Amino acid sequence: MQMPLPNAGVLSRKDQIVARLTAVLPPDALMSDIAETRAYECDALTAYRCPPLAVVLPSTTAEVAAVLKVCHELGVPVVPRGSGTSLAGGALPTADCVILGVARMTQVIETNYPDRYIRVQTGRTNLSVTGAVEADGFFYAPDPSSQLACAIAGNIAMNSGGAHCLKYGVTTNNLLGVTLVTMDGTVMEIGGAHMDAGGLDLLGVICGSEGQLGVVTEATLRILPKPEGARPVLMGYDSSEVAGQVVTDIIKAGILPVAIEFMDRPCIEATEAFAHAGYPICEALLIVEVEGSPAEIDAQLALIMDIARNHKPVELREAKDAAEAGRIWLGRKSAFGAMGQINDYMCLDGTIPVSALPYVLRRIGEMSKEYGLAVGNVFHAGDGNMHPLILFDANKPGDLELCEAFGADILRLCVEVGGCLTGEHGVGIEKRDLMHVQFAPADLEAQMAVKDVFDPAWLLNAAKVFPLDSSAPRRAA
Amino acid sequence: MRPETEEALAQMIVSADGPLRIVGGGTRPIGRSVGAALSLAGMAGITLYEPGALTLVAKAGTPLAEVQTRLAAENQRLAFEPMDHRALLSTSGEPTIGGMVAANVSGPRRIAVGACRDFMLGVRFVDGAGHIIKNGGRVMKNVTGYDLVKLLTGSYGTLGVLTEVSLKVLPDVETQATLVLDGLDDATAVAAMAAAMSSPFEVTGAAHDPAAGRTLLRLEGFAASVAYRAQALAGVLAPFGTVTVLDDPAQGAAIWAAIRDVTAFAGQEGDVWRLSVKASDAPALVAKAGARAAIYDWAGGLVWLLTDGDLRARLGDFAGHATLIRGQADVPVFQPEPAPVAALSAGLRAKFDPRGIFNPGMMG
Repeated sequence: MQMPLPNAGVLSRKDQIVARLTAVLPPDALMSDIAETRAYECDALTAYRCPPLAVVLPSTTAEVAAVLKVCHELGVPVVPRGSGTSLAGGALPTADCVILGVARMTQVIETNYPDRYIRVQTGRTNLSVTGAVEADGFFYAPDPSSQLACAIAGNIAMNSGGAHCLKYGVTTNNLLGVTLVTMDGTVMEIGGAHMDAGGLDLLGVICGSEGQLGVVTEATLRILPKPEGARPVLMGYDSSEVAGQVVTDIIKAGILPVAIEFMDRPCIEATEAFAHAGYPICEALLIVEVEGSPAEIDAQLALIMDIARNHKPVELREAKDAAEAGRIWLGRKSAFGAMGQINDYMCLDGTIPVSALPYVLRRIGEMSKEYGLAVGNVFHAGDGNMHPLILFDANKPGDLELCEAFGADILRLCVEVGGCLTGEHGVGIEKRDLMHVQFAPADLEAQMAVKDVFDPAWLLNAAKVFPLDSSAPRRAA
Repeated sequence: MRPETEEALAQMIVSADGPLRIVGGGTRPIGRSVGAALSLAGMAGITLYEPGALTLVAKAGTPLAEVQTRLAAENQRLAFEPMDHRALLSTSGEPTIGGMVAANVSGPRRIAVGACRDFMLGVRFVDGAGHIIKNGGRVMKNVTGYDLVKLLTGSYGTLGVLTEVSLKVLPDVETQATLVLDGLDDATAVAAMAAAMSSPFEVTGAAHDPAAGRTLLRLEGFAASVAYRAQALAGVLAPFGTVTVLDDPAQGAAIWAAIRDVTAFAGQEGDVWRLSVKASDAPALVAKAGARAAIYDWAGGLVWLLTDGDLRARLGDFAGHATLIRGQADVPVFQPEPAPVAALSAGLRAKFDPRGIFNPGMMG
């Protein structure tokens, strides 16, 4: 993965930059010693590392604005960082950058139940947003797998999803307003506690802009009353075509489950060996979860079970209580960990039209043989968001490169069938150079024009999202 | 001008020597746009519909009625319940899907499921330099690059001319019921609606009509579920007054269509304003507005006001925005933005429409 050469002028002025930043921050909010900055050299895409010039950990919007103002004046690149859980390298530093981490900004600013929102500083973790309101019967809906660790700042940057977005949507559908600090240090409110934009939907384009338009320091998030209950059903089939048809039939029957998860045979086998969830060893396993009162759940599950039976499942198991529900979810929730026990893996997240599922799985199987690398598939089947996990050996020379080439081919396949490169992880550096596969030059120009408006000097996280050859003229300007 | 292809449209834009007024069905003349009419009527038709994937793609000039008929045949719908502006604005013609997206038109169900923008999966458009641009796609989860889909939705044609849109659709429901509370004052009505929205019973409409003295809460779904939730929700609402349950779906559909289309204000004298605020702020703002009539939707988050003169001057500084949907008041149609936000909006317009020819004077 190529990264731009660090700006020699910036590197040579490190002492001056550190001194200026120190002057606008509390004593313990800046690190510039390599022994400390090394902790920030990568995010969850650990194959790529680079210690930054310095790390700042502000506690307030005013401190963020002060830092950005200094960096803007001195022409220093800034890489914003939430909790560093990006799988796409969204928070990967460059040697000439200041990492602006929001980890100390974790306060709940306001909780409003009548209007059903919470306002938080964006360093707060996803799960602790729900934690702040669940005793009162509410929750924050987007639930990325990393929700224990990931920060709202990163969720907004990547427009994160989760397992339950078929019903509840992703971050952008649950975000009402933000405090945005642009690269020149200007602080502004976009949106608020009301429900729609009065002018252009700037909030809509800020969400998912991967930290390239500004630093979001506070966010107003929609919270929802917890459903009365939820229960899953598990079904196994001997072909992915049939499982795909079951998903289609459920949706066409007018049922909207909160989650439809799919696992293929390699993934089921690995998970069983690791978590012993009691899954049937078959070609395709579905977990379908519905919500409501006990009677409503019974009624919906009865409809779903009828559809499932029509397609001759090899296994059909309805959770009767919380313990059984837990066992059904156990394997799915352990899937990544299970694959990690076998080997190093790379997790992709391309999205495809649901109708293309059988074809795409067959092609991935064929490519797996060609590349000689095993792959397991976990899949948010309701919304077409795939998670192929390619296994490789990081200690074997050339294996990472082979794995990346395989991954790129899978993503090209996703685009070819009408889908996209990334459904919820973001582009970062990982998919940056594949953007040409999905977008024509004019499409990328239009997106880069947005960054020109928010960050004319291209100082914020500039080496991400856009292919380096596309962004080069702007980054050099 | 009535292009039939993106290429022809791009050519017309490049050769335009003055402002263009972009027209879908012409049923939502919001704002004061000037210029030569550019009709999208020649670019119509549903290009893809996959009921099993809950996805529909249509060219911008496709009549909304055609989309809705096609969806209904598969027992699906546009869940955000787009408003029909014809009665309120005394317009005729056929609303188009492109016009709906350009104005981010939603209805009462927005409170539960989100707005038009939340269902938008992809757009194709032509910018002011004649570039044909696509963003998003036809899949439900997509974070590949910037979300220009949201930026274009609700941009009233000021950033580009939409040529094709893709949307997420949802299953239609088996039945609906409406719970009615009579005679509540505005503040109590907003509190009752908040209590309903804070219950787990999945309320999909929460409206209050002070003139009729009725507060309305809608439930939808399978019949047994609606019956169960109607009973449970009536319990939640009991402290606010006597609850009547209307379980005739046809009656319910008519009630909610009237709320959606603000038909109470149709043909009435006065300007019509659309106020988007934090729900609990609404009653005090309505009191300040001194309006002839008000209708609360979205549990109070959306208020329609029938009034004259400069409403914003009477409201003073408030959180949210007011848009002049119909009328003569000598004020900006869209809420003026704070300076740093206005600078970003103006910057984006200058990038996407460098000559300022798309619906000039509409929003900025």
